[in-house]
Formats: sequence, C-alpha cells, structure tokens
Amino acid sequence: MSFVETTRPPSAEATKIADFKPSLLQTEEHHLCPGCGESVAIRLVLEVIEELGLAQKNVCVIGHGCYGSFVQIMDVDCTLCLHGRAPAVSTGIKRMRPEVAVWTLQGDGDMTSEGLAEILHATARGEDITCILVNNGVFGDTGGQMTASTVVGQRTKNTLDGRDPDYHGYPIVIGDMVASMQGSAYVARGSVHNAASIAKTKRLIRTGFERQLERQGLSLVEILTMCPTGWFVPTADGADYLMESLGKTYPLGVIKDITKQAEPAD
Amino acid sequence: MALKLLDGSEAIVEAAILAGARMYAGYPMSPATELVENMARKMPESGGVCINAATEIEGINIAMGAAATGFRAATGSCGQGLALMQEAIAEAALNETPIVIFNMARNQQDYFQATRGGGWGDYRTITLSPKDIYEAVEHAQLAFHLADKYRVPVIFLGDNLLARTQMGVEVEKIDFGPLPEKDWQLDGTSGGTGNSRQIWTFGGGKANNPGPGPDGHWRRIAEKFDMIAGCEARHEEVFMDDAEVAVIAFGTGGRFVEYVVRELRQEGVKVGMFRPITLWPFPGEALEQATEDCRQVLVFELNAGQMIDDVRLNVADRKKVSAIGGVSFDESGLNLGPLMDARVIRERILTAMEGVA
Ligand SMILES: Cc1ncc(C[n+]2csc(CCOP(=O)(O)OP(=O)(O)O)c2C)c(N)n1
Ligand code: SF4
Ligand SMILES: [Mg+2]
Repeated sequence: MSFVETTRPPSAEATKIADFKPSLLQTEEHHLCPGCGESVAIRLVLEVIEELGLAQKNVCVIGHGCYGSFVQIMDVDCTLCLHGRAPAVSTGIKRMRPEVAVWTLQGDGDMTSEGLAEILHATARGEDITCILVNNGVFGDTGGQMTASTVVGQRTKNTLDGRDPDYHGYPIVIGDMVASMQGSAYVARGSVHNAASIAKTKRLIRTGFERQLERQGLSLVEILTMCPTGWFVPTADGADYLMESLGKTYPLGVIKDITKQAEPAD
Repeated sequence: MALKLLDGSEAIVEAAILAGARMYAGYPMSPATELVENMARKMPESGGVCINAATEIEGINIAMGAAATGFRAATGSCGQGLALMQEAIAEAALNETPIVIFNMARNQQDYFQATRGGGWGDYRTITLSPKDIYEAVEHAQLAFHLADKYRVPVIFLGDNLLARTQMGVEVEKIDFGPLPEKDWQLDGTSGGTGNSRQIWTFGGGKANNPGPGPDGHWRRIAEKFDMIAGCEARHEEVFMDDAEVAVIAFGTGGRFVEYVVRELRQEGVKVGMFRPITLWPFPGEALEQATEDCRQVLVFELNAGQMIDDVRLNVADRKKVSAIGGVSFDESGLNLGPLMDARVIRERILTAMEGVA
C-alpha cells in the first residue's frame, strides 16, 4: 500500500489519487453521487487511520446521512447509530475501551440539527474521541432540505428563495461553539473542493486523531463537502459553489489546538 | 452471611455491579434518582464508569455504545425518561445490543410503555417486574443475563416502594448458566482484516460478507422474539390449585395481594393469586390453565387498566375478568397512592365477590 505523503513535499512523481484505494475500503464501489465531496473526505480519514497504525485499533460510529452507506464498505469495526447520537455512542465505547481510537462520522444535519446536544455534551466532558463532520449545508440524504448549518441565502428544498434569517434563523457554526468549550482539544475546518485543500484537510484529520491519542480531549474536524445533487447545481460547479456559499460562513483553518495554546506565548 | 440494611436502590445497584455492569449512564428523576446517585458512588469503586448524562436520550445511547464493546451496560429513569428512550430501546432490539433499562416507576402506569413500547419496528422488550427487594436483587442480575443471552434490551420495572424501602438483604452473585461468546463485540481489532465487524439495524453486512438485509434481518429478529415468548415467561401462583377467585397483580402490587390472599385463606375464602413476573413475555398459557376453574378473575393494578388487556386475551372466558384496581397516586403525584393498602385491597376483593355465585 502506498500513500500520498502529506507531511513533506513529494519526493517522487505525483500519483493520480484515483489510481489506488485505501486498504481500509473493501471495495471502491460506493453509492454516492458523482461530484460528492463525502467520499473524498472519508477516504482521507481511512488513509490517516492506516498511516497512524490504527487499522486494528479503531471503532467508527456513523450517523445518518449519505456517508452512512460507507458502513458497508469501510473495513473497520463500526456501528451505524441513531441519527445525531454518535458522540454519545462513542462516549460509551471509548470509556469501555480507552485503548481504541474512536471516531464519529456525521453530517451537518446529523451533528448540528438532530444531534447538537450530543456533540456539545461530549465536548463538555472532554471525551477523547475524534468527530469528523462532513458539512454540505443540507440534508443530502433526504433530498436537499435546510439544516441548522445551511448558510444565509442558500437555496434548499424548504428554503426555496434562499435561507432568510428573519424567517429561518441563522446557521449554527458548530466548530466555533465546540472550540469555545474547555473540553475540546482540537477544532479545524478543511475542505475537499480542490487538490490543495484535500492535502491540507488530511493533515487536519491526522492532527485530530493525534490529539485523541494524546488524550487531550475531543477533536472535531469539519470538512466542507460538495453536494451538487442537494444544492441543485451542475456536478462540475460543485467546488465553486461550495466556496461561494458555505466557504464564506465557514472559513478554513485551525480554529483551536490545545497543544499550541499550551506553548509559552513570548 | 450477615444481612446488610440497604435501600432498595442501593441493593439493586450492588446486584447490578455484582452481575458485572461496567457502565451506567443516567439522569435523575424521582424515584429513579437514588439509582444514579448510588451508581455514581459505587461504579468507580468497582472499575466501572457512571456518566451523569445530559438527557435520557444521551444516557441510553452512551449505554448502547458501552454494550456494543461487549461490556455490561445500563441506564435508568422512570416513565417520562423512558418515554424519551423509546427510539433507542427499539434500536437496541433491532441492532441486537444487550442493554438493561431500569424503570423505577412512580406507579404502575408504565405497563403499556414497557410491554408494548413506543419505538418503531417489530420488537418486544423482556420486562422483569420484581415484587420486593429480594426479587429485585435477583432480577437486577437476571436482566443482564437475559440481555446477553438473547442480545436484547431488558426492562427492569420497579417502583418507588422498591427504590426507597430499607431491608436487610444479602446481595449474592447468582449464576444463571453459560452464555454465548460475544463474537460481535466492537473491540476495534478487526479493521483491515477483511472481516471487520458491524452493528447495524438494517442488517446489511459488508461488501465482503453481505448480511441478510432489512427484510431477512427483521424476520430473524421477529423469530427470536417468538422464541423468547415461548420460553421465558415467568410467573408465581399462590393458592391457585383450588381457587374459586383469582386475583392477578404484578410488581409490589403482587406482594400486597399475596398478603391479603393469605389472610383471606385463613378465613376460609377460596381465593388465589397469580402474579406475572415477566410482563413480557406475558405468562398467558399458565394464566389460562390456572384460571380455568375460577368463577372470577380480578385484576388489581394501580392504573386505569393496562395489564387487564393481557389478562382478557388469555383467560378462556373473558367475561369472568374484572378490574379492582385504579389510578391511585399520593398528593405529590410521584408515589403510589392509597389503593396500595392491604385493607383496601381486601375490601375490593370481597366487594367484587359479593353477588357473584
Ligand atoms: C430520527 C431520524 N430523523 C430523520 C431521519 C432521516 N434522515 C436520514 S439522513 C438525514 C439527513 C442527514 O443529513 P446530513 O447529516 O447533513 O447528511 P448528508 O446526507 O447531507 O450527507 C435525515 C434527516 C432519520 N434517519 N432519523
Ligand atoms: S446527495 Fe449530496 S451528499 Fe448525498 S451522495 Fe449526493 S452529492 Fe453526496
Ligand atoms: Mg449534510
């Protein structure tokens, strides 16, 4: 198995990413739409798990969303839990098996709409888990409706003229909320709209898992993903649309890193 | 061995820990509050974890996560809290996660909630209903055993009398026999082997090893519950051999009725008691047989009439069945009411018998 090394500049000629599949996928066939960002995000997580030597030392807890279909193809021990409850289920797993890396795979609907209480309380308790949020600003799975993370002006099936704050309220910026809490160790936001962002996002995921292994508290890695189907835009326009819409409300970068904060500030 | 003077809640917690419970995730609600208090004290002492959950929904999901790793786990509350847990109870039944749910109820109004449930899908929940603290100590252990044996959620249905009465008890470990190995537990070690594990309500399996899918999975679950219904019903009979009048009661109500029945027998009244110990599976066949020669079947329960449905479904001549219980609370609305009184029960039995030859 060879990886695209992301911790230093490439020493060899570039490989076409699509030419290999992570070993933690049982098959490269999946059921997500063409142009969907979620499969790219999940692939990055699986690569990181393998690179960190966690293949036989991890459990994944998956929420309800399009990514849920990966419960059938990811070659890791996993459970697909109730909508929104992944951080709670992960808490139970991690407390019983602290030696195992426990991670959630959730969408914005799963985490910020149905499961807001669970992510916040898991953070407050400082659970040593890594939460992966694939944020596309819609309920993709049910056909493109508004979630708590849908940005102002964004058109969905139930905000036909765009999200109007006077009528629909404002989006919840979950990354900032989690970062503001004492129990979080690491919060970062990446994206998969182009090759550079994909490479950067992989580093964010890796750091998220490292903070868990160091038992620093909860890490949240939010990944902005394309959902051309749920946004009703042409597949090829997904990447641009992502940055024009979600990208403005959810700026990319590291929001909090407890290890860095602990360094002397001179 | 010396008896220890314990609150029911303390005894139940000791029994659960003795049974190997390693996780309790609960939220306070009277009269289940003492359970989470005692768990918070005693779990860490025994190497377990007690989480003060943010909600009952979070609590049961934490317990499910813990149970998914193979350790014994529980949650608890009373009626309203269990109402919030319904989605997860159904999920545990359908994805085969063995958890125990303690309902330290305020009354007997949760019979339908326990035996019918409010979750989705074709599932049932084994419900154990102890009559006193001694039986509660047994059931607190049996619940975990049955949960593991069948990979199902099990409800322990107690009440405030059980939770708060003090009794001299001996909490001893009970051996219920061997259990299947947990070859499904998520311990994280199977990744990348091609045989990684999965716990999933839809039974889809993995690309390498496809499962039966929803239809096949849910048929198998339904068959499992049929099988449990056929072999796990438990009940107790007192003087039913020659009883002309049967009184049916559950939980602590059964304990009170038993007292009255023994008293009436001494006076020559041919009355007996039949007490379902498992509310699901309901001991219907045994009830049918036991009441065959009775001229009256009286149902005593502290609610508007819930178990009486199961009694009518099973007694051969349902015209014999009548209710002698009713809704009965104390002034706070949190505790069993004045009907839970031997004198009142005695009066109700005798009144019901008057004029029925
Ligand atoms: C309790 C419950 N309510 C609603 C649903 C229906 N549901 C399934 S997936 C989904 C949307 C998930 O959205 P998100 O997490 O953003 O994932 P995406 O599909 O966008 O990847 C919803 C609402 C459900 N499965 N369970
Ligand atoms: S609907 Fe959106 S999130 Fe779902 S698979 Fe299609 S593109 Fe991806
Ligand atoms: Mg989404």
